[in-house]
Amino acid sequence: MSSQAELDNSELDRVIRSEYEAGFTTLVESDTLPPGLNEDVIRVISAKKDEPEWLLEWRLEAYRHWQTMQEPDWAHVSYPPVDLNAISYYSAPKSMEDRPQSLDEVDPELLDTYKKLGIPLHEQEMLAGVAVDAVFDSVSVGTTFKAKLAEAGVIFCSISEAVQEHPELVRKYLGSVVPKGDNYFAGLNSAVFTDGSFVYIPKGVRCPMELSTYFRINEANTGQFERTLIVADEGSYVSYLEGCTAPQRDENQLHAAVVELVALPGAEIKYSTVQNWYPGDKDGKGGIYNFVTKRGVAHDHAKISWTQVETGSAITWKYPSVVLRGDHSVGEFYSVALTRHAQQADTGTKMIHLGRNTKSTIVSKGISAGKSSNAYRGLVRMGPRAENARNFTQCDSLLLGDRCGAHTFPYIESKHPSATIEHEATTSRVSDDQLFLCRQRGIEPEKAISMIVNGFCKEVFKELPMEFAVEAGKLLEVSLEGAVG
Amino acid sequence: MLEIRDLHASVAGQPILKGLNLTVKPGEVHAIMGPNGSGKSTLANVLAGRDNYEITGGEALFDGKSLADMEPEDRARLGLFLAFQYPVEIPGVSNMEFLKAALEATRAAQGKEEWDSVTLLRKAREACKQVDLDAQFLKRGVNEGFSGGEKKRNEIMQMMLMEPKLALLDETDSGLDIDALQTVAKGVNSLRSPERGIVLVTHYQRLLDYIVPDYVHVLSGGKIIKSGGKELALELEQHGYGWLTGGQNGGNDKEDQTA
Ligand SMILES: Nc1ncnc2c1ncn2[C@@H]1O[C@H](COP(=O)(O)OP(=O)(O)OP(=O)(O)O)[C@@H](O)[C@H]1O
Ligand SMILES: [Mg+2]
Repeated sequence: MSSQAELDNSELDRVIRSEYEAGFTTLVESDTLPPGLNEDVIRVISAKKDEPEWLLEWRLEAYRHWQTMQEPDWAHVSYPPVDLNAISYYSAPKSMEDRPQSLDEVDPELLDTYKKLGIPLHEQEMLAGVAVDAVFDSVSVGTTFKAKLAEAGVIFCSISEAVQEHPELVRKYLGSVVPKGDNYFAGLNSAVFTDGSFVYIPKGVRCPMELSTYFRINEANTGQFERTLIVADEGSYVSYLEGCTAPQRDENQLHAAVVELVALPGAEIKYSTVQNWYPGDKDGKGGIYNFVTKRGVAHDHAKISWTQVETGSAITWKYPSVVLRGDHSVGEFYSVALTRHAQQADTGTKMIHLGRNTKSTIVSKGISAGKSSNAYRGLVRMGPRAENARNFTQCDSLLLGDRCGAHTFPYIESKHPSATIEHEATTSRVSDDQLFLCRQRGIEPEKAISMIVNGFCKEVFKELPMEFAVEAGKLLEVSLEGAVG
Repeated sequence: MLEIRDLHASVAGQPILKGLNLTVKPGEVHAIMGPNGSGKSTLANVLAGRDNYEITGGEALFDGKSLADMEPEDRARLGLFLAFQYPVEIPGVSNMEFLKAALEATRAAQGKEEWDSVTLLRKAREACKQVDLDAQFLKRGVNEGFSGGEKKRNEIMQMMLMEPKLALLDETDSGLDIDALQTVAKGVNSLRSPERGIVLVTHYQRLLDYIVPDYVHVLSGGKIIKSGGKELALELEQHGYGWLTGGQNGGNDKEDQTA
């Protein structure tokens, strides 16, 4: 019987030993701060961005508080301590020094990078109806479709620009969902964040197109600390997609982002992520440490929906959460997390029910291959006022091979007797029989496995905006593809 | 098109087939009968190339090519089709998606013209109709939640679309109700053609009333111990296997396996 398992593994091994396709480096001259973190570094970042005094103060407060904090160690991941003094906290392509006024002025090398990644920034080449903001290392390189959005009153720009142009909105909402002392990584981000996207949808407006940001880490030894803030005013709607890649490097790189969502009464925010940071090689060398804090607050009758497809990063530590503050608010979390090689993922969500008749749904699909480890960690909390609150959680794990691991850590706290919480969990394997059925019908093993895995993820993919569902399917296929023919 | 000579094969190291001979020519229908555990499914799986089913002696040629070192998908692309005794479920992968992948892979390899999605859908609906499956089944996950009989009909539906050169049907009749049996038989008969070979594994003479075979073989203890025309099946129905196996049950019992 053991020979059966071995055969399985060699087949699967071949299939999952594929290369990272976004792993190239772009040669642009950069303005990069020397490694290390102290108050002066923060002052320099703030000065480079020409920030108002209040923001510098906010950063410094965050920094001072952060110095008293400990790195969390409760997650089901292990890694050597990150030397935060070996990282550079600011890196910008030189050509961005004098901020370009339009895309025509952006360094063609940069635009090329995004094109290689399949993200052409020029509007005429864009997927119809998707506006894109692209963040390269620490700065935003351009936002498309600005004019069309402005017509609808939608603000979509880099957060640095928002600080200049819409300081009242930024000041009101920055840190309102994820306070600057929230956790170790969020604290660090608050002190040193460099860029990210800002979105504001006015009252009653349905954003006329999908909004999208692409993040790319290019420089070696830099961290990326982006900050995204989305405010959907009363009765408005927005669908937002975030994509991420990084070059292939032997050193680990740190990514500690903060995303804050505010859904005011009756608003709906749909936030989708396709995360494909470099995962490291098959021996676990290199790759991005992805320590991200994402949280949204849903007011009365508002809805926040997180959908994520995570295939990258050496380590993922990420729990997109919804605080269901208002009555009748809705929170959703749909996740596909694929780990292979030596990747480690500890991801899940928190649904904090504060209001009455609040409702949350969690669907998590974890796929583990190689010797990777994939953990779901989810908290459902029903507060003392959360009358008739309801949660449904479904957590499925799919194992490819027998050297990987899947773990589920559900935490449930209920302070209201009328709350209902349902939890379902399954673990399965891609069986020999399934693989053989496909091959007997002429389908090659790589394709068969990717089809089976895609089938497993179907419930989550159908939550993604259409164009991106296709992209996500392809990404899974690429991640599973064999290097050997 | 299929030539099996003195075939020895083992499953996970256990010898199961012990010197099997069988020749199938284009246009012929062969029925293989035999006691439980005699090696019928093993034969089908060896021919289709399942992992752990290993040829240890003799040879099996399909259209003159040795099957021994061929990947299962390559055998399929040459036109070998196996309708499974126990069709497996693939949750979330729709039947249609699955068929599309299968037909894309095999038709190109066989030099047949590609079907666009409209043609594919039309053909798939026709095939469903022929085996009396609602077209809704194309949208459902492969065999996901199908009843036993629906799974079997789904196999035949796939076979009709794939138009194989050689079809191996492993107990496609078991688990079918009387009407479904006739439907499936009609489907199989519609595929009978001078270019196609069909091998039916069955326990029941009943199927052979509908799909009349050219030859009937009795497989016992990993060998074909008797071959004849369609009347052999009737004899077996009346007398069982005892008179052929000399009282032994013909399965791969312990004595045989201690090698
Ligand atoms: N993985 C395996 N390991 C060990 N023995 C096996 C394995 N698979 C099949 N066998 C054995 O091989 C023998 C032949 O099995 P096979 O499935 O070919 O029989 P069959 O003729 O199809 O029987 P049935 O009429 O019940 O379908 C049986 O004794 C069975 O137990
Ligand atoms: Mg059998």
